[in-house]
Amino acid sequence: MTEILWHGRGGQGAFTAARLLGDAYSHKNGAYSLSFPSFGPERRGAPIRAFTKLADTPIGNRSEIKKADYSIYLDDTLLDTAAFDELKNGGRLLVNTSKKYDDPRIVAVDAGRIAREVLGLPITNTILLGIFAAVSGEVSLDDVAYAIKRNMPKKLHDKNIAALSAAFREVGA
Amino acid sequence: MAKEFLSGDEAFAYGVRLARPQVVSAYPITPQTIVVEKLSEFVEDGSLKSEFIHVESEHSALSCAMGASSVGARAFTATSSQGLLYMAECLPYAAGGRFPIVMMNANRSTALPWNIYGDQRDSLSQLDSGWIQAYAQTAQEALDLALMSFYIAEDKDVSTPFMANLDGFVLTHTYEVVDVPTAEQADAFLPKFETENKMSLDKPKNLAFSAGPDTNTFFKFKEHCGILNAKEVIPKAEKRFSEIFGRKYTGLTESYKTDEADYIIITLGSIAGLVREVVDKLRDRGEKVGLLRIRYMRPFPNEEISATVKKAKAAAVLEKDISFGNEGAVYTNVNSALKKADLTLPTSNYIAGLGGRNISAEEIEGIFAELKEGKTTVKFIGIGGEQSGDQR
Repeated sequence: MTEILWHGRGGQGAFTAARLLGDAYSHKNGAYSLSFPSFGPERRGAPIRAFTKLADTPIGNRSEIKKADYSIYLDDTLLDTAAFDELKNGGRLLVNTSKKYDDPRIVAVDAGRIAREVLGLPITNTILLGIFAAVSGEVSLDDVAYAIKRNMPKKLHDKNIAALSAAFREVGA
Repeated sequence: MAKEFLSGDEAFAYGVRLARPQVVSAYPITPQTIVVEKLSEFVEDGSLKSEFIHVESEHSALSCAMGASSVGARAFTATSSQGLLYMAECLPYAAGGRFPIVMMNANRSTALPWNIYGDQRDSLSQLDSGWIQAYAQTAQEALDLALMSFYIAEDKDVSTPFMANLDGFVLTHTYEVVDVPTAEQADAFLPKFETENKMSLDKPKNLAFSAGPDTNTFFKFKEHCGILNAKEVIPKAEKRFSEIFGRKYTGLTESYKTDEADYIIITLGSIAGLVREVVDKLRDRGEKVGLLRIRYMRPFPNEEISATVKKAKAAAVLEKDISFGNEGAVYTNVNSALKKADLTLPTSNYIAGLGGRNISAEEIEGIFAELKEGKTTVKFIGIGGEQSGDQR
């Protein structure tokens, strides 16, 4: 099972990304996923977490993920050294940031810049989803585009698929 | 059939749309709200032709559904937690009136302390209200139950309201892939609701009447027989369901690796998924353990439970419930089943997951370990501090 932990602030679309990933993965035969947010009151700007589990058998464990294969930060102000405690051995952090990190466990991408260029808005959830797809190989660009078309309003399809492609280019995939 | 990525609440709403209820009475409460929101969208976009009635309380929601059912309409409502308790007065009315309403309940803690998260104390407190009670494990089972519930409740030998329970948040708000049947398949499965138990100008009759001491027991006996008849109708519904949709269900209970199992955990709802994973892990180590999932609490699977655990060395009941001053209600029911079958294996009760507290794989392994030690206990898991949680 591949476990993905999403960190963001209310309104940044972390749970939407978690859900898109689940759908992108499990629409194929013999693939299963669970996607859910940290449950509770929702407030714009407050830190939230979301979870995606991907597997080739039905997933019985509905608990929150304690140790992730990938921990994804839509907002680098949420990132601190405790982030590594939530990673499995060999796990990676994917971070939206303009900073540089000298740590092989961190994939740092200025998703905010890409979002402003491609979407004209500082919304980075589908870009980080694209980074995840490119880095992990768990889902293809086509899989994610399929999920975007199924789950987002039509007027957002083209821009978000363009954002995905830009994310793939950014990490050289 | 189409694959959709849905939450448990959404899956149930999709199932209700396929059942074409003529009346939906709606009052929102977390974590059920998405069900009635989704149904209102379906009515708005024309994909569900139903009288969608906004009511002012849960008490009214069920009263409204009863009114609809009493003129022969297929009626649906949904609730949770305090909402279920607020409509509690109406629950035996619906059951005694033999109105086969379907209601989804999102299992949630009851106040105080106030809490919106999942446990099963709300529905288990209403076991005696005369309703059929089913517990889903997955979003797929939730959708399938939505369709089957009308079939079972409306069977003329049953004519009993049906409460389908989904664990709050871990099932209602978790997204997973769900096969959504076509309307044609659903129509082939579910016949139109026909009943003699309705107000009619052509055949006037007295409904929802009084019955004094001389006849009251007779009516309560008939009510009891109706819910027991569901034991015959549930397998019939599931057979028909599998013929049309290809998915199989196993009646009042579901067993997993219980043949030759020495130690069995009996539980209900979505936590069974995790117990199953733990069973697989321990089986890989050569430990003879199994899972028995209760799918229906009413009618209660006395025979299924005793037949499944009769060769086991010990069994534990894991439930998100406590009947204060005694033990978990599921445990009481299970022990009664074992006693009636003259079984004397030791049993334990683990009270866990109250107010949405996570139940971990390690805790489930711990239950199996304690069963092997031969301990029998009524124990609260996860209370913290100095207390052991052992309460017998």
